[in-house]
Amino acid sequence: MLTPQRTSGTYGLMAEFETPAEIMEAAKKVHAAGYRFWDCHTPFAVHGLDKAMGIKRTILPLLVFGAGATGAIIGFCLQAFTNAASFSVWALVWVTGYPFLISGKPLMSVPAWIPVMFELTILLSALSAAGLMLLLNGLPRLSHPLLSNNRFRRATDDRFFVVIEARDPRFLRSKTEAFLKTLGAKHIEVVEDR
Amino acid sequence: MSSTSSQSATKGFIDTDNTQQPNTGRVPLVLNMTTFGEVTHQVCRVAENRPPLAWYVAFAVCLSMVGFLGFCVNYLIFTGVGVWGLNNPVMWAYDITNFVFWVGIGHAGTLISAILFLFRQKWRTGINRFAEAMTIFAVICAGLFPGIHVGRVWFAYWLFPIPNSMDMWPQFRSPLLWDVFAVGTYFTVSLVFWYIGMVPDLATLRDRAKGKFQQFAYGLAAIGWRGSMRHWHRYEVAYLLLAALATPLVLSVHSVVSFDFAVSQVPGWHTTIFPPYFVAGAIFSGFAMVVSLAVPARQLFGLKDLITLRHLDNMNKIILLTGCMVGYAYSMEFFIAWYSGAMYEKFAFVNRAFGQYWWAYWIMVSCNVITPQLFWFKAVRTSIPLMFILSIFVNVGMWFERFVIIVSSLANDYLPSAWDVFIPTWVDIGTMVGAFGLFGVLFLLFCRYLPMIALAEVKSVMPAADPHAKHHASEGSH
Repeated sequence: MLTPQRTSGTYGLMAEFETPAEIMEAAKKVHAAGYRFWDCHTPFAVHGLDKAMGIKRTILPLLVFGAGATGAIIGFCLQAFTNAASFSVWALVWVTGYPFLISGKPLMSVPAWIPVMFELTILLSALSAAGLMLLLNGLPRLSHPLLSNNRFRRATDDRFFVVIEARDPRFLRSKTEAFLKTLGAKHIEVVEDR
Repeated sequence: MSSTSSQSATKGFIDTDNTQQPNTGRVPLVLNMTTFGEVTHQVCRVAENRPPLAWYVAFAVCLSMVGFLGFCVNYLIFTGVGVWGLNNPVMWAYDITNFVFWVGIGHAGTLISAILFLFRQKWRTGINRFAEAMTIFAVICAGLFPGIHVGRVWFAYWLFPIPNSMDMWPQFRSPLLWDVFAVGTYFTVSLVFWYIGMVPDLATLRDRAKGKFQQFAYGLAAIGWRGSMRHWHRYEVAYLLLAALATPLVLSVHSVVSFDFAVSQVPGWHTTIFPPYFVAGAIFSGFAMVVSLAVPARQLFGLKDLITLRHLDNMNKIILLTGCMVGYAYSMEFFIAWYSGAMYEKFAFVNRAFGQYWWAYWIMVSCNVITPQLFWFKAVRTSIPLMFILSIFVNVGMWFERFVIIVSSLANDYLPSAWDVFIPTWVDIGTMVGAFGLFGVLFLLFCRYLPMIALAEVKSVMPAADPHAKHHASEGSH
């Protein structure tokens, strides 16, 4: 079994590429070589790169569906309770429903409640889609070894980077560096971990 | 050296006519630039350099308008809604007209960012960012009016189901309350959509920032985005979900706004055509506003290679289409008023066109139905001055549409003895003008400090972004 050869103070190795086609080829090879803690950093979502890297489809849509369903249920309960119920419940404070009787309409006027149920479904789905996406991505994160690297600044401009982390079991500085060279990287450099 | 610097200085300030290219195959969306770096520079320089003089002038004008808005709103709150020209029966007038007008403006932003995204209209990438910004600022302006129109603004929290010592709840069978939820959700979702879309571009600004303060501010706003493909994967799924959620949302918002009228029994309001008619009108006015903003912005900040003539041509086609839909709705309203045989309904519509507000009605028809027909001609669709004038006409016309629907229906309803005329006061007019100032200030600040064009998205639709470009070069574009 390989023991992680982690040099303290090294985050990983960074290889720079100039075009989407180059990083696509490189990503396929890094994935095939069996690395696990590695990533590509690109100025935009390169089409198909996630598949080439072997990234599994995210469970985000399922979570968002759950949040949307919760929104619909909250919307129904909120309206049924506040406009049709005559009992009290504890929701941080004791609150009591109020059966509104308007123009002799039924208390449980479900058709009239659809718009608010719909809006709350959308609201919770959208907030969870954005919030959970950030959460699963480990964002917000205000400090990261890569963000301290000057060359890496072009990852949000016009350069494409492959980064293999030092914590990867297969990471061996000399071997990994040689491997990255075979991928045709324009530049390879060690990323320091402050 | 001088030739290259002068070339880069004029870059983006000159129009290239790309509307002659055939619609088949892939039409380049970015002109005169082939590398990602050039696009980054073209967009970021707007936020990085001092803005042109015109920006300062516009900002000063808009800021003073906001000052006057603040004065009018305070005067209203301290004195009471009597400072407006409202009377019995015209209890809604400028306030709700402005509310509906601004909510409608917002709709084009969501249409461009969400619906065109779902339809894979790649040209949206050039205009979606500032159209979304426009949405948010328009909804802020819209939210102002119902807020102050309640009169006793310190009771505005009654709009929300908040537990209180009176044990009272809002009445959820009322469309006015649906509106609170619809507009509130719309604002929140639009803001989230806009911000999430902007995070990668804020990271670009962060990575290019020279000053300490800029690095800190953009760094904070970019929340540590580093373009990780593992992040991009979830990001793209989240973006698609947001687009799919925003699409039914935007259609629901103006439908719910139209319920404020359609659910009541006022002749001229109580019609089933309202939801689709309002949505079409909203998109119509919103696109006109996008054109009104895009024309000066691309000129001022040199973005003509990114917001090309073709983009404007496309938008003008949408204005033409939605303008025809609005025209159809106007005529169908009249037909149904006659066909229904309902006396009051019939009167309401004849009164609209020939009653005391006839001038407002004919301004509406001229600006919304007649002048947009000029967009059938390509020469008009691609002429910058003409499209700017026509888009302003549409903005004016759509404001009058809401005025006509609201005021003419209320002023003359069932009983002639209850009729009255609405005449705006200076506070009405000042608040309306001030809201335009507020919109202008927010938009100018956005242009100055945030990425005006969705950089990451524009890059992803450039020919250079195709990861298979080399391998399939011989097969031609696909």
